[in-house]
Amino acid sequence: MSSNNRKLQYSLAINEALKQKMALDESVFLIGQGVKSPWYVGNTAKDLLELYGNARVIDTPVSENAMTGAAVGAAIVGMRPIVVHPRMDFMLYAFDPIINQAANWSYMSGGKSNVPVVIWGIVNRGGEQAAQHSQALHGLFNHIPGLKIVMPATPYDAKGLMVAAIEDDNPVIYIDDRWLYEVEEDVPEESFTIPIGKAAVRKLGNDVTIIGISYMAHLTLLLANELENDNIHCAVIDVRTLKPLDIETIFESVKKTGRVVVTDVGWLTGGVAGDISAVITENCFKYLKAPVMRVTLPDCPAPSSGVLEEAYYPTKDDIKRVINQVIHYK
Amino acid sequence: MLSNSDLQKLYRDMVKIKFVEETLIKPINDKLFKCPVHLYSGQEAVAVGVCAALTTNDYVFSTHRSHGHYLAKGGDLKAMLAEIYGKEAGCSRGRGGSMHLYAPEVGFCGSAPIVAGTISLALGGALASSIRNDNRVTVCFFGDGAVGEGVLYESLNFAALKKLPVIFACENNLYSTHLPIRECRISEDVYRIAEPFGIRTSKIDGNDVLSVYISAQKAVEACRYGDGPEFIEFKTYRMRGHVGPDDNIQGTHTDIRPRSEVENWSREDPVSKFKRYLIKNSIFQTFELNEIDAEIEQEIHEAHTYAQNNPFPTKSDLKKYVFKQ
Repeated sequence: MSSNNRKLQYSLAINEALKQKMALDESVFLIGQGVKSPWYVGNTAKDLLELYGNARVIDTPVSENAMTGAAVGAAIVGMRPIVVHPRMDFMLYAFDPIINQAANWSYMSGGKSNVPVVIWGIVNRGGEQAAQHSQALHGLFNHIPGLKIVMPATPYDAKGLMVAAIEDDNPVIYIDDRWLYEVEEDVPEESFTIPIGKAAVRKLGNDVTIIGISYMAHLTLLLANELENDNIHCAVIDVRTLKPLDIETIFESVKKTGRVVVTDVGWLTGGVAGDISAVITENCFKYLKAPVMRVTLPDCPAPSSGVLEEAYYPTKDDIKRVINQVIHYK
Repeated sequence: MLSNSDLQKLYRDMVKIKFVEETLIKPINDKLFKCPVHLYSGQEAVAVGVCAALTTNDYVFSTHRSHGHYLAKGGDLKAMLAEIYGKEAGCSRGRGGSMHLYAPEVGFCGSAPIVAGTISLALGGALASSIRNDNRVTVCFFGDGAVGEGVLYESLNFAALKKLPVIFACENNLYSTHLPIRECRISEDVYRIAEPFGIRTSKIDGNDVLSVYISAQKAVEACRYGDGPEFIEFKTYRMRGHVGPDDNIQGTHTDIRPRSEVENWSREDPVSKFKRYLIKNSIFQTFELNEIDAEIEQEIHEAHTYAQNNPFPTKSDLKKYVFKQ
């Protein structure tokens, strides 16, 4: 894509997207708890305060509901705010401005008004942080009409999807995962967008289609490359955008393989993996050679004890076991 | 000082709101639409007095009881009635109904019925103005019911902290849907809640349009000079039910307000009071004001006809506007 590619960490890719959009567009501002503190937001807000000042880089009191509402209100009057929730568990305080207001606003106004806001939630899995510091809540938002939801799994996408989210005229929920913050890859220096609503085919393969979300897309790709040694050829699709879901890319692969595993960073029941499974079953039933299987978190809050955490988070071995079930299903 | 034409405008706007609300009662009872309608009757002076202190550029965010705010800010009457009738020509194209009115072209940013839900949005309107330094003021209307919601206190704190140009306009009509204020809080005076946040706050007779206007004018000026925010409690009373003309739900009368209380407040009707004031002080003669009344009646009659004759949205457009394309 560019001669100016260089290795960039996932968190710094987000940072670069913010820097570039804030430089280009004075209506873009960042608001949320901890934007001055790497302890909260890692490297993602690096240098922003020095570059753009405290009028546009606003560290806030602990008031998620009002701060999210303020971002939504500012978007209604023409700004392009990004409101960050360094632990998305705390975003639950802001369901009213996100769901009742932002998601419904364009529809309720018959298109007379719209909400170009980015609502950014960071997932902080693991680290013995227990049930209220580790939740991936994308499934809750996925249910709501009027929201777009992106979950980048690579540094390249982290940058391109943040730029696209800021430029979008609708509320976009941008969810990233701390477990990906130190992943590095080539990322172009110039500003670019990844279209919202487009999945990425990470790997081709004819035996089984693995559909991954966020960190699980990352983990699945590592596994799929290893499985080549076992002569198992997986196609890997990184969903990237949960809503609107890129069903064409998914169907194209499913029609070739007839076998599907969906891997998600959320829970099993009522989750996104189940929803993707339903869409596949409804549209590709005659191509399926095995049931669509899910690899997700169990229906259990996140534990603290490290031993229990090992049982809680799906591993490559867990995915591999399910892949084998699907491949050998008769 | 207000000129005679300013005073006439105040009168006109109040009469318009009062008459519109009263002309909705028949179509509600005739079931021409089912959309829940929260009539503004009795509170006209608040919307009109506050909005008279604003320019078209300033922002207003509103609640479920939004007709008065929408009209006072300059929203189009025909589009509002078409919206209530569920028509495509409605100000929200029949997707919002009475509780979701929009007129961004005149700074009426929107209304929504989640109690206190638009307070933080108004905070954002003011935050946008402070970032852009555009000298706008944002008014956030809410009722005494919203005082029970936590987001109000979060918003007061942040507005004070950042000195945002926002006016918290609390219309205390003494009832949170059915529940009297004495059963919601230990004091009927709401305005003191802003004191611990260091916000200038006052209590105003919300049925006296001139007092409302003067208090709003001062608050707007302060906000424009960077000396916001401001909290104003307007004491008022709704003359109709929480929703609909008299809270009749499936034949059961649910308005539990004492009859004597309603009668006492009806003597405080802000439109009649202002009319008496204008005549007593020889600013206008009775016949001049009656002529205005007749003109407005005609305008509203035409707007109802327009709304009733307008087409409904088409079913194939159901999902249009979920996203801005």
